[in-house]
Amino acid sequence: MKKGNVSILEHESVPIHEIITTEELNALLNKYKIRREQLPKIKSTDPVIKEINAELGDVVEIRRSSRTAGTALSYRLVIK
Amino acid sequence: MRTKRIQGLKFGLLSPKEIRKMSAAKVITADTYGEDGFPIELGLVNQRLGVIDPGLRCKTCGGRMGECPGHFGHIELAAPVMHIGYVKLIYKMLSATCRKCGKVLLEEEDRQHFLYEIGQQRERQAGVGEVVKLIFKEAAKKDVCMHCGESFSVNAEDLSESLKNEEISNELKKRLEEQGYSLTKTVHIKRSLDDKCIFNWREVPGNDSELLRSYLIDDFGIAWVKNAEISKTQKDKRLTFSADKHVVEITLSAKRDKISIEFEDGRTYEQPVKKTAGKLNVHNYKWTITDEEKIYILRRKGLELTVYCGERKRQIKYDKPTTYKEIDEDGKERRLMPTDVRERLERIPDEDLALLGMDAKSARPEWMVLTVLPVPPVTARPSITLESGQRSEDDITHKLVDIIRINQRFMENRDAGAPQLIIEDLWELLQYHISTYFDNDIAGVPPARHRSGRPLKTMAQRLKGKEGRFRGSLSGKRVNFSARTVISPDPDIDIGEVGVPEEIAKELTITVNVIERNLKLLSETVGHGGKYPGANYVRRADGKKVKVTDTNYETLSEELSLGWKVERHLVDGDIVLFNRQPSLHRLSIMAHYVRVMPGKTFRLNPSVCPPYNADYDGDEMNLHVLQTEEARAEAKILMAVQRNIISPRFGRPIIGGIHDYITGIFLLTRGVKKLEKEAVLDILDNVDIDVLDEPAGTSISSTYEKVPYWTNKQIFSMILPKDLNLNFRGKVCEKCIEKGLTCEKEQCPHEAYVLIKNGKLISGVIDEAAVGSFKGLIIDRIFRHYGEVASKEFIKNTSRLAINAILRTGFSFGISDEDIPTEGKDQIREDAVHEAEKKVDALIMAYEAEELEALPGRTLEESLELLIMQSLGSARDEAGDIAERHLGIENPGVLMAKSGARGSLLNLTQMTACVGQQSVRGERISRGYQKRTLPHFKPDDRSADARGFVRASFKDGLSPAEYFFHAVGGREALVDTAVRTSQSGYFQRRLINALQDLEVKYDGTVRETRDTVVQFKYGEDGVDPSKKRRRESCGYRQDNKG
Repeated sequence: MKKGNVSILEHESVPIHEIITTEELNALLNKYKIRREQLPKIKSTDPVIKEINAELGDVVEIRRSSRTAGTALSYRLVIK
Repeated sequence: MRTKRIQGLKFGLLSPKEIRKMSAAKVITADTYGEDGFPIELGLVNQRLGVIDPGLRCKTCGGRMGECPGHFGHIELAAPVMHIGYVKLIYKMLSATCRKCGKVLLEEEDRQHFLYEIGQQRERQAGVGEVVKLIFKEAAKKDVCMHCGESFSVNAEDLSESLKNEEISNELKKRLEEQGYSLTKTVHIKRSLDDKCIFNWREVPGNDSELLRSYLIDDFGIAWVKNAEISKTQKDKRLTFSADKHVVEITLSAKRDKISIEFEDGRTYEQPVKKTAGKLNVHNYKWTITDEEKIYILRRKGLELTVYCGERKRQIKYDKPTTYKEIDEDGKERRLMPTDVRERLERIPDEDLALLGMDAKSARPEWMVLTVLPVPPVTARPSITLESGQRSEDDITHKLVDIIRINQRFMENRDAGAPQLIIEDLWELLQYHISTYFDNDIAGVPPARHRSGRPLKTMAQRLKGKEGRFRGSLSGKRVNFSARTVISPDPDIDIGEVGVPEEIAKELTITVNVIERNLKLLSETVGHGGKYPGANYVRRADGKKVKVTDTNYETLSEELSLGWKVERHLVDGDIVLFNRQPSLHRLSIMAHYVRVMPGKTFRLNPSVCPPYNADYDGDEMNLHVLQTEEARAEAKILMAVQRNIISPRFGRPIIGGIHDYITGIFLLTRGVKKLEKEAVLDILDNVDIDVLDEPAGTSISSTYEKVPYWTNKQIFSMILPKDLNLNFRGKVCEKCIEKGLTCEKEQCPHEAYVLIKNGKLISGVIDEAAVGSFKGLIIDRIFRHYGEVASKEFIKNTSRLAINAILRTGFSFGISDEDIPTEGKDQIREDAVHEAEKKVDALIMAYEAEELEALPGRTLEESLELLIMQSLGSARDEAGDIAERHLGIENPGVLMAKSGARGSLLNLTQMTACVGQQSVRGERISRGYQKRTLPHFKPDDRSADARGFVRASFKDGLSPAEYFFHAVGGREALVDTAVRTSQSGYFQRRLINALQDLEVKYDGTVRETRDTVVQFKYGEDGVDPSKKRRRESCGYRQDNKG
């Protein structure tokens, strides 16, 4: 991040992205009975991914405010 | 099962080798069938190419008709011919390549650049068409090959720049010859300006030696720079660079008017400099070239001398449809025969094919010139036997016959040593036949015709156009067991039914297996013969299908036994799918139960119009008969009308009362009316009620007898479930709460507060909000609490009640219902319109006197317009209010608007009181003539009249000016709807295409076909609108267990 710039994470339109732990990931995969590849994807070149230093293969939890549900959780696998 | 994914499609050309390889037989004879009626061997209906006659076996694969897919054969062409589909591409390729070496005519740099571009496009999975187009354009410009002559080296030591072009040229040529090069090589020298050269000298920013180096290479063509440094003194700018052999210094004088270049060996060159737009242009640059350096520099592109000593290109001329000519230096034309063309295309190296948009692995350009012709399998061109027993061949076969004939003749003539003229004629003929075999609709070529004079349908014709393979056979699906006709209303049938004309019911069939239980019934059905309800076909146990005819129905009826199948007519109670286009949501196709009726139209209960968006002004609908038990079960459970009363779109009933149903129920439930038994029974006629409620009380009749009576509200209560409790505010609600007043609930003067206690309507009037489609709160509640059947029954009963009620009084709306008394008219004119116009004039005066104050964020003009619009708008509303007062609630128009049956109060206002301001893009009409809308207004007249205010009502009639303004505003509305429908239609289509494979799984996730999650919870909250309760959001499935 260049000096003087504001982190995009602080922008109101950017939902909260968090890298989840292996345990959390396993719980998630178990809950939906899916393999990792069946998660939605996000590119490693995505500005948010770069900003939170997530690496290839990480899974990020996205917490966004939703018109219908208040807050909605989503998970994305970081890919190339 | 794992789904397989298509990774890509690859298109290529068939190589002659491939054609021969896939061929099952070489076809030599032009004949088809012999005298014995059997296919001739080596002929076009060769038995090795597949079978089309029942009973025969394929000689290639041994399959019978239906099993054998057919096999390709081939014809060896006596001489190559052009493939008509590629003539343009061939022309472009000939123009873009060297006639001698076949390479694409591009400088090495350009070639690399274009290859890179193409690689990039390919990587992006984007088309290379644009790049290739550019390459063809670039390459066609060149007139000499830069590849052919490259290998020579010439000692050009004393070629000085004083020599003229030809002299250099001749000199080089001479030296080339000395070195043993062929004389045919032409040396071509190009200088942009005879002895003057121009090159650009860019100022080098910073101390970037890399940059400097590239400049030197680009601008000077000096390739051997190793190190370069830039030094800057006060006095001048100096660039020094060292190279392999030389140290060169380039100096820009302090005044920046001169540049000097100094070589190590003392040679110096000086240039006057002209500065333009950040660049220093060096003119009259003189360069004395020595030794090897010279020829090298000559060849550099950046320098003005370019030496090509390759093959000169000759202009190619393409004569439609299939001839190419080459124009030589003397301007003489020479025809390129297909053999020549093929040879040239063969010379194009594989490495250059990418530049031409081809992939050497799947296509070579010379394959565009045919030497072998594949013969499609007979299954692709079946011959048909006419009733006379004569065989009639397919058009493709006819064409192939022609081709083989000419091909044979060509060979015979050539072998016999016929004169060149005859050979060429035959060649031309062969070309014609093969061209028309591919496409019989080529510009400038007379189409090949059948004996009858009908043009033949050849390859391209099979694929092209509306009825072609793509649009007609692949995209255009046709379906059996369907019917289409006009719809008309029938309020007496159930909402889940559809009235089917007998004519249609006799055509559409359902196949029934004969079993013990239905044997007798079906036997009777078949026994009816052609009469309804009968059967059209019977399928015997051995699978043989027999048509039921006037002569055989009795025997068939008797013979009918277990294991047979009967294709019986559609009868009452069969389930069918009913559909109206455009099928925009799932409710556009619903399952109905058949009711066979006389007449020629489909009958539809008006209550089911909203989901189909249908009306009866000539709409047609489609009907599909389900053919399997599974389909019928699925339709019954998922698609039945009653199941879809609640729309998945907004979670409210989409089926319910419309138009007169609402008026009727409104009239019935309004106020408190006492009805005697006769009237009650009249109203309840046809309504599913078993026991009449106890009367509400007794009244004394004129003969002093005690007569029991029922109230109108009681009658409505009789069709409500007995334990229904509900309260809401109806359509007629005046929104007192929003206006800051208190709601008087049961005492509401408008009867807007609907209260239902234990299935009794206590207060309120039933209107659109209670039983209408799209709103229907009572229907909504009944659906969720008592289920599909109860709500279907409720809708049915409401409709019947409403019809009976409205029929008792009758209901009509005529032109006289738009009349208001004179005093009302006066009021509208004086109180509403005149007042507003005065206000407008006052505003304009204030504006002109510059006394008007601008509204925040608006210009003065905008403020004026806004205020005028406001006062004119309220003028219309006021006029409407006055009109409403004078019309009274009993006016049928007001009744319909208030109950929500049809129309709005605005519609009524416009008809009876005042049409109001017309607008274009939300503004008053201001365009037309200069500074005025119509010529009889003064310029800049901003008054109400001059800007499209229509003070008349539709009933009164519009003045010519008003009529004009109304047309202006009306046109905008018309255009808007036209644009909106097409745009939203396309948008919807795109959405459907993008989302069609997504599925909500049982765990509430939305997944696509590979089971990849798209949404972890459907709609983020997991709510299915059609399952949620009113004003609540309960989960589709809150937990994620199992």
